[in-house]
Amino acid sequence: MANTAKTRSGFGAWLLDPKRRGALLVAPAITILFVMNIFPLMWSFGLSFFNYKASSLKVPTFKGFDNYGKVLTDERVWERFQTTAIIVSSSVIMQLIIGFLMAMMFAKVFPLRRIVLMLVLTPMMLSFVSVGVFFKLFYEPTFGIVSFVLNFFTEERFVLLGSPEGAILGIVIADAWMWSPFVMLLVLAGLVSVPKYLYEAAEIDRASKWRTFWTITFPYIKSLLLLAVLFRTIETFKLFDVVYIITDGGPGSTTETIAVYLYRTAFQFFKTSQSSALAYIVLFIVIVLTNLYLYAVNRREEEVE
Amino acid sequence: MVRKHREIGKAGWGYTATTSIIGFIYFFPVLWIILTAFKTRTDALATPPKLFFTPTLDNFTSVFYRASITTGSSQATDMGLYFFNSIFIAGTSVGLALIVGTLAAYAFSRFPLRGNDTYLFIILTTRMMPPIVVIIPIFLMFRLSGLAGTYWGIILLYTAFNIPFSIWLIKSFFDELNPEIEDAARMDGSTEGRVFFGFCIPQILAGLSATFVFGLILTWNEFLFALLLTGVETRTVPVAMARTLGGEVGVDYGLLAAIVTLFLIPIFFVTFLLQNQLLRGVTFGTVKK
Repeated sequence: MANTAKTRSGFGAWLLDPKRRGALLVAPAITILFVMNIFPLMWSFGLSFFNYKASSLKVPTFKGFDNYGKVLTDERVWERFQTTAIIVSSSVIMQLIIGFLMAMMFAKVFPLRRIVLMLVLTPMMLSFVSVGVFFKLFYEPTFGIVSFVLNFFTEERFVLLGSPEGAILGIVIADAWMWSPFVMLLVLAGLVSVPKYLYEAAEIDRASKWRTFWTITFPYIKSLLLLAVLFRTIETFKLFDVVYIITDGGPGSTTETIAVYLYRTAFQFFKTSQSSALAYIVLFIVIVLTNLYLYAVNRREEEVE
Repeated sequence: MVRKHREIGKAGWGYTATTSIIGFIYFFPVLWIILTAFKTRTDALATPPKLFFTPTLDNFTSVFYRASITTGSSQATDMGLYFFNSIFIAGTSVGLALIVGTLAAYAFSRFPLRGNDTYLFIILTTRMMPPIVVIIPIFLMFRLSGLAGTYWGIILLYTAFNIPFSIWLIKSFFDELNPEIEDAARMDGSTEGRVFFGFCIPQILAGLSATFVFGLILTWNEFLFALLLTGVETRTVPVAMARTLGGEVGVDYGLLAAIVTLFLIPIFFVTFLLQNQLLRGVTFGTVKK
């Protein structure tokens, strides 16, 4: 590229100057991101200060921080945040446990490993819509396979989604089932990166399995586990489709996550501005989490180097 | 779980058997969906649920042909088009993000700009943001610009969603390479283009395919934006799936399962072929060989 610059003149030469090489290479990516992400973000930031309603033709008026005040003092919003926190934390813990155990299982090389691994990776490739619909069917009291199996043990009619706790459990199981493989991939990558000679040394020293795990394996997967927690927390925070289909926020509004509430405010009640304000509060939380995430990534890099 | 007298980290067929059982239990919900695709409507909702039944291909037929109630003749559905749309849109946008992302990642890694880390952080934030934050402005923007319902609109949007992690992932692969070799090549008179295409790209091919699979899995099933921004001509399969849910007779589980099964096949095979690379890519390239 530098050579062609020498032979050109005028604008071409200016553009291909080695000084501008970095900026030139970054430009297409930044342009697409600006048009499709950053510009809409600024637009909705602007909207959050007006009383715009997508359903009405009235000219919106400037409201300052009214929307933020309204959202932050709304008790329902805090309830939704609590529900989200409960679902996110239980789902992420479950994903960690299952993902970790599965990673330990697949850390060894065994015949047909590639194929068996595909069995546990498949849930990740399903769409949220289909997972929602079919898990709802599995939980169904009359036709559901879960109730059928449980009927061997108890006479009681099994209505999982009838109680708030059950409904939350139902969502958490579906989400954790779908995304534990992701945690597994992360942990597995950590396990694979442990140099083999360390294990050989441990075997010569006759170190117990327990000790080998804590002194050799764990340091290599520690920050990857942290990465998994943060990445999954951020993603689960956005959980929408599965909740919307399995419980629709019910019974009552006990399983309505912040994402579902946001969707309702924006597209069912058409409080466009108010939902933008709430969205910005969510974005703030996500930025804080992203910072933690980056911190974890950097620590991982330092450790490996 | 016999480990004595065997090389560390290797296991035999006994181990395969154990893991297969666990794998199958985990896979069971997917298996059930696939089985449902071969069931008649009565079998799909039988009590108790049926594991053994006479399989039928009716659901797969009705994915593509629907019997018309008025005339009795069968009529082609648009599902073929939707499958094409999904493959075309996901493939193009992930590929585009890969190209644009590779260029940017190379720059971020080799020719840092002023405020390099700030740019990278802002780029990552756009990926972490809940989609609902931008959905209203994007919806309005697409309406005003005429992008709504076009291939280009949704492709550019998905590209934008894939760019952040493409850049992060690919940058970490570039960072792993030794720049001294590139400098040596420059000394020997290689052009910048040759350094990039001849030295850097071949070394990170595995990383690029990991990025591709990872992006494909995330884009393949996107629903919310597809629902709001695709038209009749550009509708993707997840949207078409959701449209089978409505109706007076309740959910047609067999039909839905058939669509899910068919839709799983392409992504399953791509993932299977590039499995080893995926393992590497998912860690944001932080694991060094």
